[in-house]
Amino acid sequence: MAKLKSKEVLLNPLFNNNPIALQVLGICSALAITTRFDTALVMSVAVVFVSAFSGASVSLIRRQIPTNIRIIVQMTIIASLVILVDQVLRAYFWEISKQLSVFVGLIITNCIVMGRAEGFAMKNGVWLSFLDGIGNGLGYALILLGVAFFRELLGSGQFYGIQLLAVAGQEGGWYVPNGLMLLPPSAFFLIGLFIWAIRTWKPEQVEEA
Amino acid sequence: MQRDSIANTFTVATCLCIVCSVVVSTAAVLLRPAQERNQAMEQKRNILQAAGLYRPDQPLEELFKQIEVQVVDLESGQLVDPSVIDPDTFNQRAAARDPDLSRSLDSRQDPAGIGRREKYSFVYLVRKDGQLSQIVLPVRGRGLWSTLYGFLALDADLDHIQGLTFYEHGETPGLGGEVDNPRWKQQWVGKRAFDEEGNIRIRVLRGRVDQDDPAAIHQIDGLAGATITAQGVSNLVRFWLGEQGFGSVLETLRELESE
Repeated sequence: MAKLKSKEVLLNPLFNNNPIALQVLGICSALAITTRFDTALVMSVAVVFVSAFSGASVSLIRRQIPTNIRIIVQMTIIASLVILVDQVLRAYFWEISKQLSVFVGLIITNCIVMGRAEGFAMKNGVWLSFLDGIGNGLGYALILLGVAFFRELLGSGQFYGIQLLAVAGQEGGWYVPNGLMLLPPSAFFLIGLFIWAIRTWKPEQVEEA
Repeated sequence: MQRDSIANTFTVATCLCIVCSVVVSTAAVLLRPAQERNQAMEQKRNILQAAGLYRPDQPLEELFKQIEVQVVDLESGQLVDPSVIDPDTFNQRAAARDPDLSRSLDSRQDPAGIGRREKYSFVYLVRKDGQLSQIVLPVRGRGLWSTLYGFLALDADLDHIQGLTFYEHGETPGLGGEVDNPRWKQQWVGKRAFDEEGNIRIRVLRGRVDQDDPAAIHQIDGLAGATITAQGVSNLVRFWLGEQGFGSVLETLRELESE
């Protein structure tokens, strides 16, 4: 394999090889927790943390891991990190952890984390795997925050819980919230639009028909 | 040692499990005090919500000063003096497991599926101008996957329901988890728990309540896709209002009132 540069490993997953937009991984949680910006932000931080440290840990012991139990080994590492994140959220971010409910636990099954552990960390060094985890976590975060921004703004006229658009029904309100934005399908539409935008900007990502 | 040998497989698996369990259990132990603080806050918030006194823009501790915390003896129905059981240190969950502080229920007495019932319980009284205006009762019972823990608030007439909230359960989000849905909880408000003869009539139906039925004042819509959880809620409310639950406490309060 050609020598990989740290910078590319970190930045490629943002636009060139975005886990959601190009690989279409990790969609399930992107639908569930993006009705508000603050939950999406916490979820993003959690995924960046888990994917970075699971990448580094898997890479650290990649020469010892027996091939036939490698998936379970990766799973155990990821699950432990997710429990760690969940415990910290419960201790210090109680409100948000209640809203995220099962979805923190479901980071374990997020295809991005597992995919990077198996696809990248098993073959590369600790530092590169760590950066790759951060990069892919950030790629996920970018789409998640983008989707959450539009869903919260159009769905309830707010950003980060602050009322930006005066909602009809209140005094001087003019904006009629789009209820569809608060339902999971709207995240599909938004992700579709993001994919369209990225592929218009970078036509090499378009698959041959 | 060969990487794929059986010995190495066992070694790696064992070491990994030890490291991971140490990490996870250390985190659990270190973070427990902060988590318990949050849970205590959550309980207070739920007590206020059940009583309809919660205001998100006001500090919780201030709001909670409206609530008078008492311990009752569930057998005699009398309030217990703080010198006997201190409400600040009484742990009701531990008491429910302690053979000295609880008794086991046989299956006929136990529609809520709680197994053991403690001898003493918290009650939360809300007074307005010296008069009892509401009483909030801690309730719990089996749903489908988990025990639901919550609070039931009754009006001073000990009949009309002021609210029901659950602060802890492990039901399926979107199905049984809909017991947290504000619209569903809103249905409980103003419903009557008892009929004129004092029989417990409150019940969660399967399907919708027929509003023309005279019994509609005692009935709550079921939850679609969550029959067992909804019936669990129905059973636990009926259990805790009944003679195995707070029946004697409600009786004592009624006598006090009629004097």
